[in-house]
Amino acid sequence: MSSTFDTVANIIAETCDIPRDNIKPESHAINDLGIDSLDFLDIAFAIDKTFGIKMPLEQWTQEVNEGKATTDQYFVLQNLCARIDELVAAKSGVKL
Amino acid sequence: MRLEYFRLIDRILEFDPAGRTIRAEALVPTESPIFEGHFPGYPLMPGVMLLETMAQASGWLIIGLTRFTRMPFLAAFKEAKLRSFVTPGQMLAVSAKLAHEGSGFAVTEAEIAIEGKRVCNATITFRLVDFPSAKFRAGMQEAAVAIAFPMETVANG
Repeated sequence: MSSTFDTVANIIAETCDIPRDNIKPESHAINDLGIDSLDFLDIAFAIDKTFGIKMPLEQWTQEVNEGKATTDQYFVLQNLCARIDELVAAKSGVKL
Repeated sequence: MRLEYFRLIDRILEFDPAGRTIRAEALVPTESPIFEGHFPGYPLMPGVMLLETMAQASGWLIIGLTRFTRMPFLAAFKEAKLRSFVTPGQMLAVSAKLAHEGSGFAVTEAEIAIEGKRVCNATITFRLVDFPSAKFRAGMQEAAVAIAFPMETVANG
């Protein structure tokens, strides 16, 4: 978990010019870090490539728009990292 | 190329779904009002139109790979390099390959060459959305046919 967070935080810092120290596990990517949708595409690209996954951003967005999920579930970084770990585990067939 | 209409790809030469690549050609016209301003007495193909040309080739690649189910809209250029002047009358070899297909976005690597020499290249990001309307989709299919896009490769779309 910590290594996933460190990797994601470094990607965000580099992609969005945000000081690394400002990026915390409890940070909300949009509300706290001010990352907009275009920057998030860059972040998603880097995360997909780094972890060898395809984050289902469209599905997540749809769930939020339909009120089935909150943005916190996907955009608070510790939650995002948990989703990434799930996707990596699902890809490799490992149960978390 | 019909610069004033933003129809920048003349013909699709090859669409390879397995290799996720596309090749196209485009002839820079010898005359266009654009050259009256860019530049007076020294006509050059505007760099932004070279970028758009690479984006359009990439767009046809993505439309083909998604079998006309998603419309790519330009979102970002990265590492765009304009390496040489491009002048009226030159034939452009435009190529693109899919670098990544994400959820709701795609990234391509595209380039333009003239007589085998690369004149520009870029990494391009697109947002992918459903076609806003059936009319829009039909219009794109019509445009694809006009530039010899191999529609048989997407026949099940």
